Amino acid sequence: MSKLGNLGARLHRGEIGYDFVKNRKIWYGLSILITIVAIAGLAVRGLNMGIEFQGGAVFTTPKNISVSVSQAEEYAEAASGHDAIVQKLGDGSLRIQVAGIETDQANQIKGQLSEDLKVDSEQINAELVGPSWGEQIANKAWQGLGIFMVLVVIYLAIAFEWRMALAAFVALIHDITITVGIYALVGFEVTPGTVIGLLTILGYSLYDTVVVFDSLKEQTKDLTKQTRWTYSDVANRSINSTLVRSINTTVVALLPVAGLLFIGGGVLGAGMLNDISLSLFVGLAAGAYSSIFIATPLVADLKEREPAMKALKKRVLAKRAQSAAQGGTEVHDEETYADEPEDAAPAVVGPRNQPASRSRGRGRPSGKRR
Amino acid sequence: MSWPPVRRSGARRPEREYEKVATPKKGRNASAQSKPGRSLALILIAIAALTGGMFASGHTKPRLGIDLAGGTSITLRAVPEAGNESAINKTNMDTAVSIMERRVNGLGVSEAEVQTQGRDNIVVNIPKGTNSEQARKQVGTTAKLYFRPVIATEVAGGKGAANPSPSPTGKPSDQPSGKASDKPEATDKNSASPSATPTTQGRAVTDALKADATPSASASDKPGSSPSPSGSGDTAEADANALQAKYAALDCTNAKIRSTVGDGVKASQPTLACGKNAQGQWQKYILGPAEVDGTDVDKAQAVLNTQTGAGWTVTMDFTDAGAKKFADITGKLAQNQSPQNQFAIVLDGDVVSDPYVRQALTGGNAEISGNFNQQSAQDLSNMLSYGALPLTFKVDSMTTVTAALGGDQLQAGLIAGAIGLALVVIYLLAYYRGLSFVAILSLLVSAALTYTLMALLGPAIGFALNLPAVCGAIVAIGITADSFIVYFERVRDEIREGRTLRPAVERAWPRARRTILVSDFVSFLAAAVLFIVTVGKVRGFAFTLGLTTLLDVVVVFLFTKPLLTLLARRPFFANGHKWSGLDPKSLGAQPPLRRTRRPSAPVETKEA
Repeated sequence: MSKLGNLGARLHRGEIGYDFVKNRKIWYGLSILITIVAIAGLAVRGLNMGIEFQGGAVFTTPKNISVSVSQAEEYAEAASGHDAIVQKLGDGSLRIQVAGIETDQANQIKGQLSEDLKVDSEQINAELVGPSWGEQIANKAWQGLGIFMVLVVIYLAIAFEWRMALAAFVALIHDITITVGIYALVGFEVTPGTVIGLLTILGYSLYDTVVVFDSLKEQTKDLTKQTRWTYSDVANRSINSTLVRSINTTVVALLPVAGLLFIGGGVLGAGMLNDISLSLFVGLAAGAYSSIFIATPLVADLKEREPAMKALKKRVLAKRAQSAAQGGTEVHDEETYADEPEDAAPAVVGPRNQPASRSRGRGRPSGKRR
Repeated sequence: MSWPPVRRSGARRPEREYEKVATPKKGRNASAQSKPGRSLALILIAIAALTGGMFASGHTKPRLGIDLAGGTSITLRAVPEAGNESAINKTNMDTAVSIMERRVNGLGVSEAEVQTQGRDNIVVNIPKGTNSEQARKQVGTTAKLYFRPVIATEVAGGKGAANPSPSPTGKPSDQPSGKASDKPEATDKNSASPSATPTTQGRAVTDALKADATPSASASDKPGSSPSPSGSGDTAEADANALQAKYAALDCTNAKIRSTVGDGVKASQPTLACGKNAQGQWQKYILGPAEVDGTDVDKAQAVLNTQTGAGWTVTMDFTDAGAKKFADITGKLAQNQSPQNQFAIVLDGDVVSDPYVRQALTGGNAEISGNFNQQSAQDLSNMLSYGALPLTFKVDSMTTVTAALGGDQLQAGLIAGAIGLALVVIYLLAYYRGLSFVAILSLLVSAALTYTLMALLGPAIGFALNLPAVCGAIVAIGITADSFIVYFERVRDEIREGRTLRPAVERAWPRARRTILVSDFVSFLAAAVLFIVTVGKVRGFAFTLGLTTLLDVVVVFLFTKPLLTLLARRPFFANGHKWSGLDPKSLGAQPPLRRTRRPSAPVETKEA
């Protein structure tokens, strides 16, 4: 189980770990920066909306067509009287886009094109979109997004608590903003496929966040009964102990999407597969990042404002100060048991109590474990 | 900040909890653990049953959507009349769907499907091999509903003649044609071909046409509107004869002929039409000019008439203008002999009903009774209502995909899925080694369930696999695999705390279960909301995602967990073989702890 297995074990025992909560300001700052860039990109460059959102037609010719791209462009412009964009796809077919035409016109154009290109008109794939269709898809998507957010916030508030719901909500907005921003900055075309991908991120980003929260909830169950750890400490431990899972999940989720992206982009050239997988790819990466670096620290932040948690923190700090003043071995005994006050009698007595020194050094070389 | 060294405390606390918790729950735990075989058997039976059902029903492949199979998909949006936004409601949309279904299938396409999506969209999917242009015209235009007097009618078989005499009882006029087909002898007696030879019946029909054409034209106060009545009697007769000849040649059993039969005929002209009678046979008609049209119908309803014992009937309420026209026509018809006392309700050129009239109906409403069942009565009332639908439909998008491109896209989707699956399998193998076989088997079970369900849902609820749905299935590989990862990581955490495998598997389960349920619920919620709210391609995606999420829960509960329980008894896994993925050493479990746990292992086995 090699290095990753060891890493998992060490993360699990808290021997190593990254203090996500303590450094949260860095990550908040980074996220705010990315978000600002994304919003700025969106405002300045705008989204490159696909034909589906403007109304128009996309014609795809059969493979191995003899007409060149520029020729096809001429034909299409002559037939429609509008600007046409022609792309050659990976399999040799041509994709002709004509924006700003009505669905009725589109049929004539298709007929004209099939004559010019000398292709049977039934062999031409056509996608005719009325000008309001894309808007409608987008509106419905926003509507779906709204409904989903409300439902999920309610659900998380019930299943966990409102702070977690709020943090998950913020993380979700964060993911979507980043994804949309990247689309604006890079200039990828936005199609209904992109919208589908974006909507899927909703579920996925939360899925990841929920797993971390679940572990957090479990570990903070009896938090106020001890004076060893603050909420932030435990939150940090939750992130670290689920880190291996988070990485695995993200990798496993990204692999099929990468397969889609490869096939969709590389083999088919363009289309639904490519659009969905591209936005998914960006969104999944953002989702994994946000559930670790944003959502959980945010919960910790919110939690620390609770009076009970404030009091706990005070007690913990006082205790730490006290033990630091006293110094010596006592501290370590404290460390070992303090987080389980009710755990007075160890379940297995014997060898376990003796090597008390074993767990002391968090800075100990890990090789010692073997 | 000091990093909390949880090692020892962590190792101890759960231990205690376990013993504390496990004892009271002993019964449950024991049953859950001792019957892994039952769950496995259950899910294998389910797979076998679904596969069996798939082969039994003959639908061994999922139905493919337009973008994969080729064809034309048209999305229409309902536009209500100004000031009548409430017209977009379920009833009206359903009516519109049933009308469009009739029209599209009238083109001779057998597998066209029409469905509502969202609140105000109708999607029409027409498989390849249909003229997309014609289909679009059919779908986009507004329906035309007319009431026309019947001049002649007969069953339109290949040989095409029957006795058109009505039965004197309160049955609808469809009935006699059934009789006729029961007694083919009647054909000869009744002059099979009314066209070529001027038999009595043929003449009578011609006369009727002449007689009918003129008064109707005058009644409608537009003498110039139709050529036939405005001309001389000779012209009318010539037209009538031409119509006669066409009528004789008309073969209503041919879908192509049927779809063009009434084309280009004005409402004020006599026409030919086809319709199905109560016996499901095609019947052909000569019909007079339209007397009442669909907009004159205010409301139509299917009603179960219990008072007169007539069974299911259809009632119509007319508008004021419509009531007057209807009273006129029924008054005229009531004096005629059969079949000329019938009027035909013609929708888009097809006769949907041809009730006869006994007396003038002046009340502004009417009841059509006959051999209706609930379904047929509702269908008719829907069609009647359609004329009054305050909706028009606008083509929002139309996609035509050739079969070649569809095939390419399907292939690309499958290849992408295969690559995705292979990558996931390789990753799992590298990371979880022996344990990954549980994950891979679970993925296979999940795939088998998904495939069979998709194949069966095609005929059951009209599910069609489109490209976004394929994408959804591929993305779902990740979600499904994640459940295993959550569980495996829990098991490994337990082992790291010094537990042997069997208790670790059992202890890890309740926590992993909760995590899986909570996160799958969120995922399912997203899919469900998308499915309900959105339109078009998004729905296909949402559907697969929701389906696979549900299946994920089923597979994890009924397959992965029991399988792991069983495998935990195998020495390969239980002893933590180097390749099992559960080797305590490489997981970093504490050797001293393991030694201490060893003696107590039998106790746990008993519990288990």
